[in-house]
Amino acid sequence: MDDLRPVATAGQSYTFGYLDDQTKRMIRRALLKAVAIPGYQVPFASREMPMPYGWGTGGVQVTAACLTPEDCLKVIDQGADDTTNAVSIRKFFERVAGVATTERTPEASVIQTRHRVPETPLREDQILVYQVPIPEPLRFLEPRETEARKMHALEEYGLMHVKLYEDIARHGHIATSYAYPVKVEGRYVMDPSPIPKFDNPKLESPALQLFGAGREQRIYALPPHTRVVSLDFEDHPFEPSKADHPCALCGAEDSYLDEVITDDSGTRMYVCSDTDYCATRRDQIATTATGDRA
Amino acid sequence: MVLRHLRARARCAGPGHAVTPLLDVRGIGKRYGSRLGCTGVSFDLWPGEVMGIVGESGSGKSTLLGCLSGHLAPDEGQVIFDTRDRGPVDTLGLSEPERRMLGRTDWAFVHQNPRDGLRMGISAGGNVGERLMAVGQRHYGAIRAEATDWLGRVEIAGDRIDDRPRDFSGGMQQRLQIARNLVTGPRLVFMDEPTGGLDVSVQARLLDLVRGLVREMGLSAVVVTHDLAVVRLLADRLMVMKDGRVVEAGLTDQVLDDPQDAYTQLLVSSVLQV
Ligand SMILES: Nc1ncnc2c1ncn2[C@@H]1O[C@H](COP(=O)(O)OP(=O)(O)OP(=O)(O)O)[C@@H](O)[C@H]1O
Ligand SMILES: [Mg+2]
Repeated sequence: MDDLRPVATAGQSYTFGYLDDQTKRMIRRALLKAVAIPGYQVPFASREMPMPYGWGTGGVQVTAACLTPEDCLKVIDQGADDTTNAVSIRKFFERVAGVATTERTPEASVIQTRHRVPETPLREDQILVYQVPIPEPLRFLEPRETEARKMHALEEYGLMHVKLYEDIARHGHIATSYAYPVKVEGRYVMDPSPIPKFDNPKLESPALQLFGAGREQRIYALPPHTRVVSLDFEDHPFEPSKADHPCALCGAEDSYLDEVITDDSGTRMYVCSDTDYCATRRDQIATTATGDRA
Repeated sequence: MVLRHLRARARCAGPGHAVTPLLDVRGIGKRYGSRLGCTGVSFDLWPGEVMGIVGESGSGKSTLLGCLSGHLAPDEGQVIFDTRDRGPVDTLGLSEPERRMLGRTDWAFVHQNPRDGLRMGISAGGNVGERLMAVGQRHYGAIRAEATDWLGRVEIAGDRIDDRPRDFSGGMQQRLQIARNLVTGPRLVFMDEPTGGLDVSVQARLLDLVRGLVREMGLSAVVVTHDLAVVRLLADRLMVMKDGRVVEAGLTDQVLDDPQDAYTQLLVSSVLQV
């Protein structure tokens, strides 16, 4: 990836956003179909990207197919903008698309994410692109791909509840805590990618949400305001987990927290996983404090 | 709700009450390339009735059962089933979704090898509950209660409900497969050698159990077997197959006690051990 020179100085000319126009058209067609059939996995011809599978090649291709020169891109990995993965994808698009980038959720028009939905509520003019490792929610129950596809086609989803049944039988409650399956618009069962189930309620959003699985060559989507219901039982209703601490840095009580070990003796601290949300709150608190003093 | 309805239907149905056969099989035939699987098989099955199919290895029993149950596509013939909502329908003409729906509601299939009919990595309770969840049951407590009840009915101790079938004996696995199939109160059960591969003492117990359930639920069944003792105990009527054809058919006791066909005579006289 470091070999890539900025578009302008490169001997060859990259198309805007790295992918050639034909590939982008192919991906956009898949995206349109995905938006037309919420939660349905659309096959697409995934391209080799200058990064290994598992590094978000699906998400990167979807982002590349969506970006326009006016866009402002944010990239997050487990809630943070500054991990290696997030930084390298952001740099990649700075080079091959020359778009503006940001760490601020409200400023971004396109957000590529791995494993989290931002805490700051999204708007209708924003697109959230998920990197997806395994798009098939039935995979671990029905390993045969053809049979899984048939089950989707015929809406035979009893097996999803067998999995939840097994959870309760073994743990006394539904222990699935991430990649928690959802039903989309009362039709397709969908894997929301490995986000914590805490984020599931945020899947009903004004923003357009796109999911790209590179290795598995699947794209799926949640158009704005799509109904997304987390699967559960009448007597074991879905509960988004909630930490019983406030964030140690910003005091937020409504955000998803990471456990951080702060010294060699194993002292633990719980802080917001969404670094932008946390920093913004701390700034606000500091400003308010300064304002009070003046 | 649905279940209670199914059960009620199953109880009302009994031989003599119906005017339409539950299953009306006409001229079923299937080839595997040049080899004959079965040919020209026709029979009626009435509500609450058990049909036994016997014959030596390779005589076409499994092929026939596969064609009846929708697992195999016959080359010719009709399999007319008296559906709940539309009356008699040729199931071979049903769309795949309709056939699969039938396969998890009104029909059941008990495989010879429990491995083929169970999910080995899922608990006994999950195995029994699957069909309930497949038809929309969404109350964990109710599913569990039903599973517990069914484990009891097939003589599996309630405290095994969270164990996986791979830790069960062969006989227990087979009983679990039966519970898993009957939990939604089907009206028609297909069984391919349900006691095959089990010890003789285990076989007897299983047969007793199946006979009890068939009577109690008013089930109709088509049972394929090598074993004349199985048909003697379970089947009201009997078809004897040889080389893909039915060579003799009739009431079980009549066929077994007074066989007309030369091959059946051989079979019954136990000169021929099938
Ligand atoms: N998939 C197949 N391909 C080719 N020939 C087959 C296939 N299945 C069965 N046959 C042939 O069809 C005939 C009937 O076989 P089938 O399995 O129906 O007999 P069966 O009565 O069930 O025998 P068994 O008692 O051994 O189970 C046999 O000659 C068999 O070799
Ligand atoms: Mg056979």
